[in-house]
Amino acid sequence: METVYEILNSLRPEFDFKSSKDFIEDGYLDSFDVVSLVTELEDHFDCIIDALDILPENFNTVASIMNIVKKNGGKCEE
Amino acid sequence: MVTRFKGARISGVLAVLPENEYLYDEETKNFASPATRRLKKIMGFNKRRAAKSTTTSCDFCLYGIRHLLDNNLLKKEEIGAVIVLSVTPDYYMPQMSNIIQGELGLPNDVICMDISQACAAYVLGIYQAAMLIGHLPLDKKVIVCTSDVLCRKEPEWKLAEPSFGGDAATITIMEHSFKGEEIFANIYNDGTQREALIIHAGGFKMPRSPETAIPHDIGDGTMRSYNDLWMDGSAVFNFVQKEVPPMIREILQQAGKEKDEIDWYLFHQPNKFMLQKLAQRLGIPSEKMPMNIVETFGNSSGSCVGVNIAYNLGEKLLDHKYTCCLAGFGGGLAWASAVLDIGNLDFCQMIISHL
Repeated sequence: METVYEILNSLRPEFDFKSSKDFIEDGYLDSFDVVSLVTELEDHFDCIIDALDILPENFNTVASIMNIVKKNGGKCEE
Repeated sequence: MVTRFKGARISGVLAVLPENEYLYDEETKNFASPATRRLKKIMGFNKRRAAKSTTTSCDFCLYGIRHLLDNNLLKKEEIGAVIVLSVTPDYYMPQMSNIIQGELGLPNDVICMDISQACAAYVLGIYQAAMLIGHLPLDKKVIVCTSDVLCRKEPEWKLAEPSFGGDAATITIMEHSFKGEEIFANIYNDGTQREALIIHAGGFKMPRSPETAIPHDIGDGTMRSYNDLWMDGSAVFNFVQKEVPPMIREILQQAGKEKDEIDWYLFHQPNKFMLQKLAQRLGIPSEKMPMNIVETFGNSSGSCVGVNIAYNLGEKLLDHKYTCCLAGFGGGLAWASAVLDIGNLDFCQMIISHL
């Protein structure tokens, strides 16, 4: 979980992701950020995220991000 | 709809590029941020070519066809039809194919046809030409032009945000084939998603005016005027990933080809990330799907596939023949693909114009 926060903070250091309940709704991540996040997650967790999983709702919380990483074969510790 | 054509072949491909080249780092230096640098790497943005502010789509087409005529790669008397595909016409009336016919002094019985089409234009042009050639005399050829000038600018004009668009034209010659070659093509459309890629102003529904030129926030902090191209990036990405793989599987099946039997997958080039994800979903090795067009020339809409052929295969196509899968997808929304053999061409070139 902390690794995901570290990745998010590296992408958008101006936001406090732990205080947000919906990164997309709060404007913390736009579509280009999601693309960057996908490539970072793939590198960190050694997985390939299926293109059809690249939907805003799969990247709006840390829990949803971890779910999508696990679904695509990444080893994401709680 | 899946369609099969016999007796038609591509005999030449020419890509025409603008003179002015713009470097991503240079264009974004005034607002460079970690995000713009990340975009460069992930999306494959590096440089692009944009037409000068007064250049038109027809200028590119005429430049290209004159190059072919001047270099004896095409003869006027061979031209039986001119098809122009574009979303940036010189005028609503007259149509660009007629301007070309008039400027080149082609006979009055040459068939002239304009088709409004964006990123699927190249495949649709091949489709239309393959339909037409079977009805023309055996010594006639169809000239298919794709040309767009969505990114016109002057070097001194500053950007407010990163751009990866480019301008270009392609001229493709379709002629009769007597060797039993076949072209398989399929085309799909979904007009319910038409607003995912749209230029609101400029047509009769919303004529351009000082008001339509005023930028405003379109919801995510992005400033756009109604004169600009609006793109719902997430919707377009998901549309491509959802619709293109089944279309490719269908056309391969129709052509009786396994995916390994295709030598080259020559696709439209919106950005590298989208193509990488598409290659993953299709299980295509990246070396069979060139992804270097957007990073070298920018996304030139309907001309991307033709530029891809000319840049990545070029002279190889003069004495080799490859089984190719072409695909275009974008504005409309429209998506189209074709499986055909391309090779033993009379020419396959890329030229830099003064435009």
